[in-house]
Amino acid sequence: MKIMLNKREEEFDADILSIQDMLNLKNYSFRLRVIKINGVLIPSGKYSSTYINEGDEVQMIYLMSGG
Amino acid sequence: MNNAAIREHLSRYKAGIAGAGGLGSNCAMALARAGVGTLVISDHDLVEASNLNRQYYFLNQVGTLKVSAIKENIARVSENTEIITHAIKLDRNNIPEIFAGCDVIVEALDTDEMKQMLIETVQTALPGIPVVIGSGLSGWGKSNEIRYRKIDDTLYVCGDEYSTSDEDLTPMAPRVLMVAGMQANTVIEILMNKP
Repeated sequence: MKIMLNKREEEFDADILSIQDMLNLKNYSFRLRVIKINGVLIPSGKYSSTYINEGDEVQMIYLMSGG
Repeated sequence: MNNAAIREHLSRYKAGIAGAGGLGSNCAMALARAGVGTLVISDHDLVEASNLNRQYYFLNQVGTLKVSAIKENIARVSENTEIITHAIKLDRNNIPEIFAGCDVIVEALDTDEMKQMLIETVQTALPGIPVVIGSGLSGWGKSNEIRYRKIDDTLYVCGDEYSTSDEDLTPMAPRVLMVAGMQANTVIEILMNKP
């Protein structure tokens, strides 16, 4: 499936893809993030139960400690 | 638009600042200098000597509440900004009440958990209020990697999005002030675009 991830096209070899699946496949090293799908914020507790569909626009912000 | 007209415009708005550490204290000072009408600042910590490497406090303020100290410091440079303070640890329950009515909220918290909690809470409980996040500011150098990204009309991020703060990569004044300044600049841009 093809999605837009932070405005870049990304292709995943999967028919069904949860947010958690995508995070696992991308193998990110940072701990926490904020994710929006098609402009709607998905709370971090719902990453395993929220699915990404073909053509979805996924926006991810990487959260780094420090302030 | 001349300076008086800009100040008159900004005086009508209220900005929330979640956290009065490196990002929040410097961002608050910049927004007060610019003439933003009201700042709602929350932080439950006391000023520590180790904060003075980057936070807008003074030696004689060590041991006092950060929100009291920042209010005092802002009063020394401007009489035009009303400062509302909350000496409380933010959580999912108190955020909607504390920041209700703000035109924009600056995320200036310390840990990634608190940042995530604040952003998720504002985006769900206070829909439509833009949040300006600070993420990725520790260390030194790499000036051009600090950037601004607009996700949509309610979400903006300032920082390099990869420098996490830990024992080996401490937050230092120059990069913290760059991100705090970028957040304040984003707030001004959001407010100046309001009718």
